[in-house]
Amino acid sequence: MRLRNAWVGYAVAIALAASVAACGGGNKEASNTSAEPGGGAAAAGGGQKVDTATAGEVKGTVTVDGAVPKNEPIKMNADPVCMQENKTPQFQETYEVGSDGKSLGNVFVYVKDGLGNYVYDTPTEPAKIDQKDCRYHPHVFGIRVGQPLEIVNSDPTLHNIHAMPKANQEFNNGQPIQGMKMTHTFTAKEVMVPFKCDVHGWMNAYVGVLDHPYFAVTDANGAFDIKTLPPGTYTIEAWHEKLGTTTQSVTIGPKETKEITFTFKAPAGATATN
Amino acid sequence: MLHKYSRFVVACTVLLILAGSFVTSTDSGLSVPDWPTTYGQNMFTFPYSKMVGGIFYEHGHRLIASTVGVLTIGLAAWLWVADSRRWMRWFGIAALGAIVAQGLLGGLTVLFFLPPAVSTAHAGLAEIFFCITVAIAIFTSPGWIAGYPSTTSGRPNDVGADDATLRTFATLTTLAIYTQILIGATMRHTGAGLAIPDFPWMFGHLVPDHWSAKIAIHFAHRVGALVVTLAIVSTSVFVWRRHGDRMELTRPATLILFLVGVQVMLGAFTVLSKRDVWINSLHVVCGALVLTTSLVITLRAYRVMFANRSAEPSRSAIDDGARAFRRAPAGGRA
Repeated sequence: MRLRNAWVGYAVAIALAASVAACGGGNKEASNTSAEPGGGAAAAGGGQKVDTATAGEVKGTVTVDGAVPKNEPIKMNADPVCMQENKTPQFQETYEVGSDGKSLGNVFVYVKDGLGNYVYDTPTEPAKIDQKDCRYHPHVFGIRVGQPLEIVNSDPTLHNIHAMPKANQEFNNGQPIQGMKMTHTFTAKEVMVPFKCDVHGWMNAYVGVLDHPYFAVTDANGAFDIKTLPPGTYTIEAWHEKLGTTTQSVTIGPKETKEITFTFKAPAGATATN
Repeated sequence: MLHKYSRFVVACTVLLILAGSFVTSTDSGLSVPDWPTTYGQNMFTFPYSKMVGGIFYEHGHRLIASTVGVLTIGLAAWLWVADSRRWMRWFGIAALGAIVAQGLLGGLTVLFFLPPAVSTAHAGLAEIFFCITVAIAIFTSPGWIAGYPSTTSGRPNDVGADDATLRTFATLTTLAIYTQILIGATMRHTGAGLAIPDFPWMFGHLVPDHWSAKIAIHFAHRVGALVVTLAIVSTSVFVWRRHGDRMELTRPATLILFLVGVQVMLGAFTVLSKRDVWINSLHVVCGALVLTTSLVITLRAYRVMFANRSAEPSRSAIDDGARAFRRAPAGGRA
């Protein structure tokens, strides 16, 4: 009886070990495609299309009042490939301040309210985010609901791309091989969806997902330009990953161009930027 | 030999807990997005050269966990074959069940993006598994099987202290420590580790002057530390005053005082260092050691109640026990 019990015990143990060992073996050449249920083309509202003949424009700059903190230095020694690709000291991209010390890049500016029920064609051309030199390119960008997002790994090392939305579905996909691509489609508007790479803790990016095309990201000079905006009164919001948000109300007439400036307050006690 | 093997499993489990705590401390829990595969590959053939960044911690944790799993299969099988105590054989199976469930929880928490409830359950079950391995090491020890030496009774193989108050003290202390660890795990997995950023004050006060869910969890962990420290000191003092002649009790009672002192300091420096990876991880490991040291006192306080059951230990266990006593007739063991 004891002997039989022993054999039963060994059989269970071997079966467990075999089942664990048998797991795995995925195809490392395969590219990933991820789309949410119910995804696809999505148009906002059910009204008329924008008349481009009467459309105006909102442009301007984003500045910061005061000295912002220095960007955190990045230690890439956790991955020899990243070290190889970045031979100079590396810093986070939190504050991209222009040479004038005031203009602020990487700010997402968008129409938050006031568009009514216009309808827009959803772009079929994918937006793109690339993992290159152990960074996300771009760091801040916008995309439309239903528009495909192409995620590429251009690095000869492993990355995982981990999106942490609140209104959309969270996803976390590995891209172990250089050149791998996957696409993802967001199904709900959300400002902003953070991305991170859990392998390389310094890698982060933000995407604004909107159901209309009226958004822009400030360049290194803090400039932005939102075009083909129909006449009306709008709430425009500027979003920064650390400094938060600020809004302005803007009214534009037919073919009118309005210039506005957003100014963020620098955090108290901050020192000069890199 | 079985006892030595069980101690080896205990040591490996400590290493596993350290590896697991590094995963959370370095925020690497999702650096391997798939499970049980690793970036689509069989986890056992995943090359070391690709274990970069967070993958080193997460994949390393999986490999160590798999090793402990295999060791536990061996432990359960060995107990099943060699131990005549029926409850002990099933206890080995319980250890196996716990490590399998622990592996599944670990996989689930990755696949569902680290939900705090699942991650906290993973941390809680880790402590239970560690307790089971320590208990197996105690139950297979020569002291447990052949009896502990007593200077009072003069017998080399006494059944142990028969003290209901000690049993109550020790049990409550162990339960308090486990509860405190669960609160700590909740704090860790809800990102509340620095919800109160100063120490020993809380926002410059004795009690926080404002509240949120995270601050409440963090505050509960600090209050819990106070309660647990008092409970441990009380139990240790009780052991030394009432059972100062029983080395199987006084040794862990002294050790736990040292460990809880270290643990409080590690907790303080975790906050002051803004969650330094090493300090934070050692705080988790030291907490597990405090728990299992208290468990050792508790189990030995209950040893007398196993007197009749242990009258029929396994042949090999008796031999092990007898050999141990022959080597050191007056010393405490295990």
